[in-house]
Amino acid sequence: MGFTNEQLERYSRHIILKEVGVKGQKRLLEGKVLIVGAGGLGAPAALYLAAAGVGTIGIADADTVDLSNLQRQVIHTTPDIGKTKVQSAKETMLAINPEITVNTYYKFVTSENIMELVSEYDFIIDGTDNFPAKFLINDACVLAKKPFSHAGIIRFQGQLLTYVPGESPCYRCVFREPPPPEAVPTCRQAGVIGAMGGVIGSLQAMEAVKYLIGKGDLLTGHLLTYDALSMSFRKIKLPRRDDCAVCGTHPTITKPFDYEQAGCDLKL
Amino acid sequence: MADFNIDETVDITDVVCPVTFVKAKVALEELEVGQILAIRLNDGEPVQNVPRSIKEEGHQVLKLTDNQDGTYNLLVRKTEE
Repeated sequence: MGFTNEQLERYSRHIILKEVGVKGQKRLLEGKVLIVGAGGLGAPAALYLAAAGVGTIGIADADTVDLSNLQRQVIHTTPDIGKTKVQSAKETMLAINPEITVNTYYKFVTSENIMELVSEYDFIIDGTDNFPAKFLINDACVLAKKPFSHAGIIRFQGQLLTYVPGESPCYRCVFREPPPPEAVPTCRQAGVIGAMGGVIGSLQAMEAVKYLIGKGDLLTGHLLTYDALSMSFRKIKLPRRDDCAVCGTHPTITKPFDYEQAGCDLKL
Repeated sequence: MADFNIDETVDITDVVCPVTFVKAKVALEELEVGQILAIRLNDGEPVQNVPRSIKEEGHQVLKLTDNQDGTYNLLVRKTEE
């Protein structure tokens, strides 16, 4: 396949890179990434992946754009208030890069639909804001043998890790079970600094890009934490757990299931 | 100077920096190691920068010819995958 002059210009800063080149850019154009959650994390991730020319991007979210989202969810704008987040995100992504395909899923991702959803993608980005969803995405990706990037943000802190099937510990190896509902505040109760989504969501996009082009080292076997107030990053080595309930030697979780949502997380 | 067997040609006079180098790089990626690419490029910035960038990528610049019409012809042997 040949690139048009316009494509060469659009992706020139990528193609110039030895690690990307024509082959890497083609891989991006052929790549399929699913972003679960079009919020603080999903917004920057979706923007960078669209701009990078990731050919097929799926975006799932059951919410509509609210004024309180705009402090950090930079893919949505004030005139988008009231639109579904997936539609608003799609419009912005296509405005940046009309070459790509954006698949929208205006629904909650649940144990009923997640396996089918992830099966169509090469890499999954967890941009959700609650523990039940994070464990669900982890379990589904482990069971479907799909790589994914986990991330979480709250207040001035963020964290992320990357899972690659057969290689690295999964999210459940590290955190085992969700905390009891109400034990941990959501960002709606606790607050979050807007740029935190930009920092961590962009790192997730970077992991997806590196995975697709097959260059560099992924954040596997490690948890990266970022504290904005002390301006410190920590990279913590993580062991894989043989007795992990989903990726261990004798898994007890063999199909995805839903944890109960904390009352305040329900968005109906 | 010996003549070379040209395997492929690319014209980068229709684009500007940095797409000049990008277009040449793309053409080189399509070739096998050892094959020769002829690049037609403009005088000025392209002729100053493109041969240098190609050398930095590890390829061998064989010959640069002034076409006397504001363009040059650059022969490059692909030496790196």
